[in-house]
Amino acid sequence: MMITENKTILKDAVVKGDEPVMIIRNVYKSFENNHVLVDFNLDLYKGENVVVLGKSGSGKSVLIKCIVGLLKPDKGTIEVFGKNIPELNEAELDQVIARVGFLFQSNALYDSMTVRENLEFPLRRHWIKVTQEEVNTMVMNALEDVGLEHTVDMMPIELSGGMRKRIALARTLILKPDIILYDEPTTGLDPITGKEIIKLMVDIQKKYNTSSLIISHDMNCVRMASDRIVILLDGKCYANGTYAELKKNEDPKVKQFFE
Amino acid sequence: MAKATPLNSFLDQAGSLSKFSFRFLWQWFKPRYEGSEFLRQCYVIGYNSLPLIGLTGFIMGLVLTMQLRPSMIEYGVESQLPAIVGISVVREIGPVITALIFAGKIGSSIGAELGSMKVTEQIDAMQVSGTNPFKYLVVSRVLAATLMLPILVILSDAISLYGSYIGVNIRGNTSFNLFWTQVFDNLAFYDVLPAFIKTFFFGFAVGIIGCFKGYNSNKGTEGVGRSANSAVVVSSIMIFILDLLAVQITDVLGFN
Ligand SMILES: Nc1ncnc2c1ncn2[C@@H]1O[C@H](COP(=O)(O)OP(=O)(O)O)[C@@H](O)[C@H]1O
Ligand SMILES: [Mg+2]
Repeated sequence: MMITENKTILKDAVVKGDEPVMIIRNVYKSFENNHVLVDFNLDLYKGENVVVLGKSGSGKSVLIKCIVGLLKPDKGTIEVFGKNIPELNEAELDQVIARVGFLFQSNALYDSMTVRENLEFPLRRHWIKVTQEEVNTMVMNALEDVGLEHTVDMMPIELSGGMRKRIALARTLILKPDIILYDEPTTGLDPITGKEIIKLMVDIQKKYNTSSLIISHDMNCVRMASDRIVILLDGKCYANGTYAELKKNEDPKVKQFFE
Repeated sequence: MAKATPLNSFLDQAGSLSKFSFRFLWQWFKPRYEGSEFLRQCYVIGYNSLPLIGLTGFIMGLVLTMQLRPSMIEYGVESQLPAIVGISVVREIGPVITALIFAGKIGSSIGAELGSMKVTEQIDAMQVSGTNPFKYLVVSRVLAATLMLPILVILSDAISLYGSYIGVNIRGNTSFNLFWTQVFDNLAFYDVLPAFIKTFFFGFAVGIIGCFKGYNSNKGTEGVGRSANSAVVVSSIMIFILDLLAVQITDVLGFN
């Protein structure tokens, strides 16, 4: 089944929960003459893992940066928990984004801070009134989720690539987000570490019942982590379906991803 | 789009830098003040520069005195040595040399630090963690640089003059009290004030240019190196331009 008409895509989308936590409609984003997103549409339902598959440079990072307000789309709406992100002011945006975790491709751990300070940062900055004791517990719980309690007083530079990815994941988990956005979580890791990270992502999704939007072109990741796959091509949602469905697809543009 | 001639790219940079400075002024007044980060930066930028500024200041005063002595003797005004060194150090050499060293140390480290935070997405990560990275990183550093440089210049001037006192006494014999009396008797309020005021502008220039270069770093690690490098070059040139402006302004106002 291949669908190019956006309206059809949304109707046929695999529905896991019944309430969408994120609705992206008719999003356009260009940088001068580079039209990155052209009428992009996507729904994300509660408890669902969606993988956005696309070649490098196809605008996957631009898409999730638009979702958290780091970039402003030229047109279109991005509703997260019913709030249209591009229209929010700074304070309203912070409130919505506190419920959205973002795992950056380069981890974005703060070099000048210890692991503990890295994890405390989003807690303290989102104005959450918590005591030091609660902060400590939350930090240790998040580290436990990723199996790295012993690194709490280390600096990011002392950690391996896989450990850094886990710490970055712990930092996004600390606010107990309802949605997690992963920007190429396995890129730059060896295949074994990559698989461990994917497993961790799946476990966490089950444990907290989060919805995830995973950006990737790693087929291991796509196979293991996806409930549904969206192929981003020419700035559009080109195809949409489960792994099994898309693998059987005969369209050469879809097929190229599964070879 | 305009072609990338040297003039165009210069004007482009100048325009972006002005915009960046206005953004600083705007963000500075808006609340959620990053007080603790500002204090931390004062420590990093000010306190950590002390040894370097002290050492160079001392050598500057000593060498200047020893170099001037032969000419002073030739004109028979050797006794005026403390006065002439005092005026040179306080009005020009102290502020400019200290600012240049400050640009080399602080401008490059701000440029490199913010540059690497930019390319490794740490600035984006701050923004999605409920923090305005411009306030947290840029405003705190620019304010700290603006306030710390004048203090460093005053300390450097004092250490310089102490070096000069030692220089005077290598060959001659001038008591500590006499030396300082001669220095201060020849320094008018109008010598000190413009020199003091311009150091705030020097500090601001180093801070804002370092932040501007770092914050707008290009992707890749070489982009970080280029940011650090051009932060030093541009802020050093800016210090001389501001110095030139300062002397014109004080001249027009009749402070000379
Ligand atoms: N801030 C930006 N300014 C200009 N162009 C950008 C910017 N961010 C991304 N782009 C361009 O958008 C396109 C998509 O980039 P990106 O989303 O990073 O790709 P990927 O799918 O590999 O994550 C690329 O051509 C890139 O050059
Ligand atoms: Mg990307």
